Amino acid sequence: MSAAKLVVGPFNRVEGDLEVHLEITDGSVAKARVNAPLYRGFERMLTGRDPRDALTITPRICGICSISQSAAAARALGDAMGLAPTPQGAQMAALIHAVENVSDHLTHFYLFFMPDFTRPAYAGHDWHDAVIQRFTAMEGSGARRAVEARAQLIHILGLMAGKWPHVLAIQPGGVTRTPTGAERMRIIATLRGFRRFLEADLFGASLEEFMTLPSQDALLSWDRGDAGLFLRAAVSLDLADMGRGAGRYLSFGAYPLDHGFGFARGLWQEGALGEVPLDAIAEDVSHAWMLGTALHPAEGLTEPDHEMRDQAYSWCKAPRLAGLPVECGALARQVIDGHPLARDLAAQGGGVLARVGARLLEIARTQILMERLAQEIDPAARFMAQGNIPAEGAGVGLVEAARGALGHWLRIEGGRIASYQIIAPTTWNFSPRDEGGQPGPLEAALVGAKVRTGEDTPLAVQHIVRSFDPCMVCTVH
Amino acid sequence: MNLLWLQASGCGGCTMSLLCAENPNVFDTLTGAGIRVLWHPALSLDSGAEVRRLLDRIAAGEIALDLLCIEGAIARGPKNSGRFQMLTGTGRSMMDWVQDLAPRARHVIAVGSCAAFGGVTSAGDNPSDAVGLQYEGSHLGGLLPPGFRDPTGLPVINVAGCPTHPGWVLETLMLLAAGAMRAPDLDGYARPRFFADHLVHHGCPKNEFYEYKASARSLSDMGCMMEHLGCIGTQAVGDCNIRPWNGSGSCTSGGYPCINCTAPEFENPRHAFTQTPKLAGIPVGLPTDMPKAWFMALASLSKAATPERIARNAVSDRVDVPPTLRKPRP
Repeated sequence: MSAAKLVVGPFNRVEGDLEVHLEITDGSVAKARVNAPLYRGFERMLTGRDPRDALTITPRICGICSISQSAAAARALGDAMGLAPTPQGAQMAALIHAVENVSDHLTHFYLFFMPDFTRPAYAGHDWHDAVIQRFTAMEGSGARRAVEARAQLIHILGLMAGKWPHVLAIQPGGVTRTPTGAERMRIIATLRGFRRFLEADLFGASLEEFMTLPSQDALLSWDRGDAGLFLRAAVSLDLADMGRGAGRYLSFGAYPLDHGFGFARGLWQEGALGEVPLDAIAEDVSHAWMLGTALHPAEGLTEPDHEMRDQAYSWCKAPRLAGLPVECGALARQVIDGHPLARDLAAQGGGVLARVGARLLEIARTQILMERLAQEIDPAARFMAQGNIPAEGAGVGLVEAARGALGHWLRIEGGRIASYQIIAPTTWNFSPRDEGGQPGPLEAALVGAKVRTGEDTPLAVQHIVRSFDPCMVCTVH
Repeated sequence: MNLLWLQASGCGGCTMSLLCAENPNVFDTLTGAGIRVLWHPALSLDSGAEVRRLLDRIAAGEIALDLLCIEGAIARGPKNSGRFQMLTGTGRSMMDWVQDLAPRARHVIAVGSCAAFGGVTSAGDNPSDAVGLQYEGSHLGGLLPPGFRDPTGLPVINVAGCPTHPGWVLETLMLLAAGAMRAPDLDGYARPRFFADHLVHHGCPKNEFYEYKASARSLSDMGCMMEHLGCIGTQAVGDCNIRPWNGSGSCTSGGYPCINCTAPEFENPRHAFTQTPKLAGIPVGLPTDMPKAWFMALASLSKAATPERIARNAVSDRVDVPPTLRKPRP
């Protein structure tokens, strides 16, 4: 038996800072510890401020999930105010949010995830030359095309949200800007342009054809477009089997609209769908450089351990749902929303193929949703309802960021923020161990990853980590 | 020219904004300017051990470092150890790395208000003891001393903004690569004057409302946001309303106030961001370079002269009253 330890970092092409510690036995990972090495203390910055300031401060937790943080803060404030957005305000907020989420999925696929397959280690595979041509970091024709398509899609945010990232456009009562009929047409035209990119470059076929794929087998035989290049690599490297998940998925529900969610809320475990027991969330701090005990975020505390005690190894708390770790993200959302392809991907292991495949599926489905939201814009309607912040109150804002379930828990006392607690998607996915020693979802998924002889930054580990599309700046905040 | 980009204690939003560059895209712009990216944490292939070897070679002077871009503030805590942000895999803090690399760089660029001044990372009681590269808030002297100069005589160049406009970053890099940025091209906070000589007010789509002090009462009203909603576009530097953001946008065109994000200490305005502080009903913080009495006199005159169209539209979420038709003289 051979044993070794590896520290992987700087771990790039993830948003923010990440360090992974590996114990390797006989050529595969026996144990992994995940460290989120950046602490800024947003929850503490917010304490004592005017509650409305959360709309300015929390988006700046993260430059890639900025609108998601806005949306969660607006919902939390609205909950405390007893104010809901107008129906058209909610629709426009959903459209703004969807643009960010799709942009993030695109950034992940073209800039963060796929460049790993250009590495010389994969020379000789029949897809390798094409992957180099499309996905070489900062040079590939696909990478260039994708940043241009992304920038053009974000014109919708320039128009309706002023800019991106870091906007104040989403408010508890709706959105700050009322579109005209002509602007509705501009949005529709921009979305048509984005569809052309998706169909010509990413899928090599109509969105409708891709999103009706019924199973993992059908997905693996898809060979068109840039998605096809990924799937050819997935077949030859058996990415389906790499980085399997535990099959427990959480979604807070994406795009809350008048008639329900764009993608459903729920908890998927043991192959069945159930309600999310929101009261059963607790953040364990046994292995985090945080002081205190496991608490529900409504009563949560953020007290950094300045001594950085030895038994802890991350600034990230460990959120658990009824005592168990859960995975969130596009795969979770699509499983919970009941899409047959996502359900099959989860049933067959929920590994690297499943996470990335579900993200591609969600790009197609979200484009359809955005097209519908744009068609339904009613320029004659009200886009904002007004309300007042109470002197005392509490609120919860639950949304779905690109990377999964994002929650804000707010308490107001004497007209000021008394407590603000945030659990971000990667807080769930990249959490450290809890008091019972249960590893977080990534730590568990890394066990068994193959380490080739001589690798000091194992490729399988990189694929698994990036398949989650982590956002480390959100993780600790 | 070799460029190294490090993400210190920030949100990564300036990189995300940079990716929104258009005509040409960010990669083509950098390549066209002869800028070679040694490593960027979000965009480069290299990871882990490959990066550690690269950083060691740069620190040893084996690879020339022309442009050192730092995005994010520098965390000094806890207890001045810098351990609130470790550069992973290296066992060293980001604070330590930046102190090591900055003197080796031909130019040091603070990308965004966090790197420049501390920014939002230093908000509230500054939990991570974060600081800008050469400023602590508005005070000269941050991680690097007040007298720090690069080999060409420039201080840390503060491409401030939260986030920065992709054009501000790329044009600064292109000017530096061309040897065309000198000390007089920077303002009193070392921000490039090509954007800092403008005010956000310049070209603001709400200018007609401002002329008459026809004010929005709540977010979603069309009127000027200076009097009630916290807008400080008349004092904030930036060409935000001259060159568009993301195709056609700006904060004020999006219907929300300018919060002066290019300035030091914008993160702690001592009032709610979206509410104008007032003394005896008069907004504090009027335009910086105008005598207050004149401003008040002009404001009361123009308020009295406000046309019905402007007064009504200012407190509506859409144009209720269109402009009067101008008919050619017979």
